[in-house]
Amino acid sequence: MTLLQVRHLRHDYRGAAAVDELTFAVGAGELVCITGPSGCGKSTLLRAVAGLVEPTAGEVRLHGDPVRAVPDELSFVFQDYGRSLFPWLSVRRNVELPLRWRSVGRAERAERAAEALAGVGLAGVDDRYPWQLSGGMQQRVAIARALVTRPALLLMDEPFASVDAQTRFELEDLLRRVQRARATTVLLVTHDIDESVYLGDRVLVLSRSPAHLVADLPVDLPAERDQIGTRGSAAFVALRGEVARRLRAPGDPAAVG
Amino acid sequence: MARIARNLGGLLGFALLWEVAVRTGLVPERFVPPPTVVLAELGELVAQRGFLADVLATVLAWAIALGLAAAIAVPAGLVLGSAPAVRVATRAVVEFLRPIPSVALIPLVVLLVGSGPEAKIALAAYAAVWPILFNTVYALGELDTVMVDTARVCGAGRARTLTSVALPHAAPFVFTGIRMSAAVALIVVVSTEFLAGAARGIGRVILEASSGAARMDVVLAATLVAGLVGFAINEGLERLGARLFAWSPVAAGAL
Ligand SMILES: Nc1ncnc2c1ncn2[C@@H]1O[C@H](COP(=O)(O)OP(=O)(O)OP(=O)(O)O)[C@@H](O)[C@H]1O
Ligand SMILES: [Mg+2]
Repeated sequence: MTLLQVRHLRHDYRGAAAVDELTFAVGAGELVCITGPSGCGKSTLLRAVAGLVEPTAGEVRLHGDPVRAVPDELSFVFQDYGRSLFPWLSVRRNVELPLRWRSVGRAERAERAAEALAGVGLAGVDDRYPWQLSGGMQQRVAIARALVTRPALLLMDEPFASVDAQTRFELEDLLRRVQRARATTVLLVTHDIDESVYLGDRVLVLSRSPAHLVADLPVDLPAERDQIGTRGSAAFVALRGEVARRLRAPGDPAAVG
Repeated sequence: MARIARNLGGLLGFALLWEVAVRTGLVPERFVPPPTVVLAELGELVAQRGFLADVLATVLAWAIALGLAAAIAVPAGLVLGSAPAVRVATRAVVEFLRPIPSVALIPLVVLLVGSGPEAKIALAAYAAVWPILFNTVYALGELDTVMVDTARVCGAGRARTLTSVALPHAAPFVFTGIRMSAAVALIVVVSTEFLAGAARGIGRVILEASSGAARMDVVLAATLVAGLVGFAINEGLERLGARLFAWSPVAAGAL
């Protein structure tokens, strides 16, 4: 069943297109990774899907309906996590915020926030403030806040870019676990080719700016993934090579970012 | 504690230099009495019931003026800061009014509201509006788009984004504006008392002591009190700000 449809999407900033003629669909419960050269328009694409920017042309549909405002069942983890947490609120209150604004009762709020924080491995920092935490911990708070509403559609913009390798593996596995348990649909932007293959059910490769779709690669790996086993498998290595090849436009060894 | 000790040390050093300068005849004692004499006079002044009423009159006028300025400037700043069209439309008026020294407005204000306490309150409020207004407008301009987008995906509409995100974000900037205005308002209150001859106030004490017999010891003692009031106000606001806005780099780094 199709959850999200992006059709002929174009978005201009002051006349210059950041994404152009972008068309793809995402089925319910899919985890789709998006990768593309630095500055090609990945964040713009996510913002358009979230209803934060209006498409210059084309459309985004959720459950078949055009997205005009931010859908209620959507969560977003921003690339700039540091600027996305409210410094005047404690960690707990930051995580509770989307629930409070949806009028969820106090007791349930506290319970679900604690659960979400424990889920990302952040127990015992509830009463601290975001700026008292390391970058990686702040990013986990942002992820906990996105998960606390149990969204049907989760958008993540380079969510693991700033955490150390070990934490990154843990968070990747946590994301896949949560995503499968709740059948969440996830759109995740990453500049890490390995991560896109390890996490995704599909990998969308975008061109340089203005971004359009270069490849839509299904990831034929077992649903149960394992950081060491999966990454060592022949299928993984082959897919990784394929994504890397597609990222390079002819005669253009573009850096990925 | 260490800070207070350093401050006290600085004050003592200054008083010592002053005393030496007068005693050695570097500065004529008739115009500038030494701190020992001024302090003795200060003791006498404070012992008088009338003088405390003067200090109270000044502080009260200051507080009302500052409250009035904040009540006008914060809402006005929110409107100007979130509606660029209004900001552009009012820019010329604001840029014209702002540089007018409030003491130049004394005759006009006295004509309009009389020479009672209303005059100094109106003038001080006028002068105090600007720093608060500009800080509020500036704060809204600094509002991060990522923060606004975050509020929107967390389920906030326009009104909630204003009250729950823009306002807390602006609060430390506004507070810094209030602190700057607090100093300005006190200066204007005392100046108006001195220049327009109020019935009560520190400025009136200075005016009376300086005319006729020219009691420079009284003048300096009253000036010292004005300085102390200003110091206490700033110190109090600084501490309040540090406590309220510990989360904000603005509060920590601001002047
Ligand atoms: N608010 C904006 N105003 C003007 N131009 C913008 C704005 N945001 C992005 N752009 C431009 O649009 C293009 C795409 O930006 P976008 O942030 O979507 O790319 P990205 O793929 O997410 O980049 P990165 O890999 O650095 O995160 C860039 O050329 C950028 O300079
Ligand atoms: Mg980006």
